[in-house]
Amino acid sequence: MKKLSFSNVMLWFGLLFLYAPMLILVIYSFNESKLVTVWGGFSPKWYGELFRDQQILDAVWTSLRIAFYSATMAVIIGTMAAFVMTRFRRSWAKLTLSNMITAPLVMPEVITGLSLLLLFVQMAETFGWPAERGMLTVWIAHSTFCSAYVAVVVSSRLRELDLSIEEAAMDLGATPLKTFFLITVPMISPALMAGWLLSFSLSLDDLVIASFASGPGSTTLPMVVFSSVRLGVSPKINALATIIILVVSLVAFLSWYFVRRSEKKAKAAMEAH
Amino acid sequence: MKKPLKLFKGRYLTIGMPYVWLLMFFALPFAIVLKISFSTAAIAIPPYEPTFSYVDEALSIFLNLGNYLLLLQDSMYYMSYLTSLKMALIATLGCLILGFPMAYAIARAPARTQAVLLLLVMLPSWTSFLIRVYAWMGILSNTGLINNTLMWLGVISEPIQMLNTNFAVYIGIIYAYLPFMILPLYATLVKLDFSLVEAASDLGSRSINTFWKITFPLSMSGVVAGSMLVFIPAVGEFVIPELLGGPDSLMIGKVLWQEFFNNRDWPVASSLAVVMLALLIVPITLFHRYQSRHMEKEI
Repeated sequence: MKKLSFSNVMLWFGLLFLYAPMLILVIYSFNESKLVTVWGGFSPKWYGELFRDQQILDAVWTSLRIAFYSATMAVIIGTMAAFVMTRFRRSWAKLTLSNMITAPLVMPEVITGLSLLLLFVQMAETFGWPAERGMLTVWIAHSTFCSAYVAVVVSSRLRELDLSIEEAAMDLGATPLKTFFLITVPMISPALMAGWLLSFSLSLDDLVIASFASGPGSTTLPMVVFSSVRLGVSPKINALATIIILVVSLVAFLSWYFVRRSEKKAKAAMEAH
Repeated sequence: MKKPLKLFKGRYLTIGMPYVWLLMFFALPFAIVLKISFSTAAIAIPPYEPTFSYVDEALSIFLNLGNYLLLLQDSMYYMSYLTSLKMALIATLGCLILGFPMAYAIARAPARTQAVLLLLVMLPSWTSFLIRVYAWMGILSNTGLINNTLMWLGVISEPIQMLNTNFAVYIGIIYAYLPFMILPLYATLVKLDFSLVEAASDLGSRSINTFWKITFPLSMSGVVAGSMLVFIPAVGEFVIPELLGGPDSLMIGKVLWQEFFNNRDWPVASSLAVVMLALLIVPITLFHRYQSRHMEKEI
């Protein structure tokens, strides 16, 4: 019993450690004073200042578009890879695919970023495409590393599925493609949704890989934040950080909620039988 | 594994598309990094000499080992590898010390609370990484929250230098990667048969003894997975040493970045990446082994 209380104390300490810095950031974003660390009274003025900064607004728009396209592509590739990993027989191709798909999960970002950039440069030299780095190259880079996360989320869902439903559909004459879209996709849709939202927030957040893969005209939000943060702490960035924390938490919470709700439904359906 | 589904024609497309994509944008890039690590830097676009050339009906291959020799000769490079390994190791230990009791507490909590606690632990890791590192800049700086509070309380009269030190980098890495340690630990701890722990204490084992003899060995796979999940990216970390570290927290990710963007020496940056990858081969394999065993168990 004594040990349990020790781990509980650590749990609360750990959660405090995780949340306190963000909470402090949110509080200080409403600081009137220009000096970030001196409290000068409550004021939302930095938010106003933030929404007048054209450079930041442009970067937000660029980031959102890249994140949208990357998440969509990552769900397509990741789901296919997850399907291969869970439904296909053990083979050489399957083994290399599952190794390649999980590698980006742990690979240091500088290595991934550097290698992708060198690939794009080499490709441009060899057959003139992509002529210059921009949104397209960032999209390719983000789709690649996000699909790893999608594959993990979707494959764990695919493993839990009852194969007999898919088999029944095919026995009744549905083509594999039809079975996939009419039976499998609806059953894994919460995982697809969660994977999409996760990829979206990962892409929105990525600094290192985007810095390597981007070119002129494709400056993402983290790149703008990073270059201004390098110079020191600024109240405008505090306001921006607060908005980012709120939005991303909301997205993360939604994806968690989708998965949980579907699990509950599945449980209820099982109990009803 | 269960009986595979009936084969279908789309099979080749299903395996082909992700396969080609990953081969093209994940495997091939590493081959190119390897190639460029053997070339010479040049003032050109792109800034390196070609490795392969075809002149006068002769294919010639220039392999320049100079970049690798440079890594051995210049103390800045090998010191930065050592610093990275040391700092990643200490930060991983820190994550383990803090994360293990947390994962344990979550695993022992009532089932309904577990889901909420897990969400609470994971939520920060889904919010912006950059912002979370940035948050510490304001807390640790000389005029930051900690120093201001301590001075106000009269504990210290001069601010303690915390930002731009290795200490700040440790805090940053532990803070940013803690959720990645907790998740695999929780996954193994929740499956652990706690009756073994109870049996040990019934038989008179002290709780510390029980922990080292029963709980810890049984959760080893989670410890390894969590440690690798923290250690591997921490070695190549760029953002944390750049924002929180000082001149002596020269981690390899930061050096690679500077070589590439500031010095524009692409071949040296590539060879730095190759050596980093070589150093990480063992931990990456360890992680993969856990991952595949984990998946196989679920099947």
